[in-house]
Amino acid sequence: MTAQSAFSQPGKDPAPPSDEEPVVAFRNVSIAFDGPPVLDDISFSVAPGETRVLLGPAGVGKSVLLKLVNGLLRPDAGSIKLFGEEIAHMPEEQLFPLRARTGMVFQEGALFDSLTVRDNVAYQLIQERVPDDEIDRRVRDALRFVELEETFDLYPASLSGGMRRRVAIARAFIQQPELLLYDSPTGGLDPLTSTTIMELIVKERDVYHTPSLLVTHRIQDALILCNHHFDQSVGRMVLLPKGQTDPGTTFLMLEEGRLIFDGSLHELVKSTNPFVREFLA
Amino acid sequence: MRYSVEESGASLRLLRTANAMAIKMIENYAKNLVLTVQDYSIFAARAFSNLYRPPIYWPEFLVQADIIGFGSLSIVILSGLSTGGVLALQSAATLSSFGATAVTGQFVSLTMIRELGPVLTGVMVSGRNASSMASELGSMVVTEQIDAMRALGVDPLRKLVTPRIAASITMLFFLTIVADACGIAGGGLVTVFMNHQNGTQYLDMAWEHLRYPDIIQGLVKPLFFGYILGSIGCFYGMRTTGGTQGVGRSTISAVVWASVIIIFVDFMLTQLLLTLFPPL
Repeated sequence: MTAQSAFSQPGKDPAPPSDEEPVVAFRNVSIAFDGPPVLDDISFSVAPGETRVLLGPAGVGKSVLLKLVNGLLRPDAGSIKLFGEEIAHMPEEQLFPLRARTGMVFQEGALFDSLTVRDNVAYQLIQERVPDDEIDRRVRDALRFVELEETFDLYPASLSGGMRRRVAIARAFIQQPELLLYDSPTGGLDPLTSTTIMELIVKERDVYHTPSLLVTHRIQDALILCNHHFDQSVGRMVLLPKGQTDPGTTFLMLEEGRLIFDGSLHELVKSTNPFVREFLA
Repeated sequence: MRYSVEESGASLRLLRTANAMAIKMIENYAKNLVLTVQDYSIFAARAFSNLYRPPIYWPEFLVQADIIGFGSLSIVILSGLSTGGVLALQSAATLSSFGATAVTGQFVSLTMIRELGPVLTGVMVSGRNASSMASELGSMVVTEQIDAMRALGVDPLRKLVTPRIAASITMLFFLTIVADACGIAGGGLVTVFMNHQNGTQYLDMAWEHLRYPDIIQGLVKPLFFGYILGSIGCFYGMRTTGGTQGVGRSTISAVVWASVIIIFVDFMLTQLLLTLFPPL
């Protein structure tokens, strides 16, 4: 089976966003929690097929920004458009269908610890009352994509940190979302497991071309995304020829709640901003 | 002892600062209290309105009904038996001075059905289940499982909160009937085996003086108490912050407030029901 056919969904044909319209658009977004602003006047967008890497040290508001994208948090000011719809003040009930079109991988996986891996990955399918046979088939396909098919009947407590993160990725991928949000997917993992996770993200990007926003404080992850592509003929991630980078992968950088950089890897390494220089050093 | 003008001025400034800080603390506490009441009202109203709007998660309701109902059965039976027994002991001791020990059955049954059955069951079940709901949902909040559920397009209020409230209301109703029955049985056992009185007379008195308004009063209260313990347990669980310590704080708040509000609402309901159904 090729990766392309891994998540085939009979009867489902989600309408992709038009080419002209960004999948996500932030305009002058600010948010604060009982104190100084966590995010201040943030503006950026994610275009169809684009992968954006949000860089910044811990505590600058990266996860908050990610939760604003699908309405898990509401901004104090500014406009947020998701799939062309303004969500900044949208009622919670209207947000659920929009969220169902996005996939999100949380920092620690956020698996439901009372459910098996099968039921975690199939969570959305179970809510949609998809027949059990089809659920089993699609969950096995999703777990095969993250190379964890043997965990089908296990509970999250019996999985390692890296395995939980991969199950969370399978859960986010299973519905073939129109936008993927990754919250520090390699945080707290050893280098080998981090590379495995990044390979899955590169594989998803190059096989399905789903637009995504990835939050990380690890510059290594950002470089892997830029310098590698997934070669379907050999079934693994390979390094791009020297001097080449993935054109669809671009960067954002936060410093104390303000967006101080928005551009390509080339522009990032050439940046004269002292904070960027220090971060890259 | 004499103070210089500078020292007096400094003391005055210190006193004013302390006053300002105390006023600020009271103001913050009052604001937080009002905000909590406002948040709870919105939360409880939304959860209640979900009872009448699909989708209704029946499997979750049945699981919670089993946990709350069957799981609390043993403590309700034990506390009911003991309370009925204590009532019989105490009332017999008091009534004997008037030569009226024959009305022990009436006293126990009315007290259990109208008052102690619903309140005792409400408090016991809230101790067990409001704490369980707050800690379970609180743990889900701090491990981002609630956010994950929302991100997957599922409303946690419908999926987790509404079934728990519905199960609390339903099961507390039946648990109260069990507590009433056990209380009367406990009173009967004490009357026969410890007070050495006539068991048939006890049961006759317990039955004959019961009126429909007494039963209505005893069965309306658990509906309110079930709603209170379910909604407060879930409310404190869903607003947990601050990691595992926060889960502990939420659990304590849920049990304390559920118990206190049940007792307060019992007072209000008793007043209302006595107005609607005045004693003969």
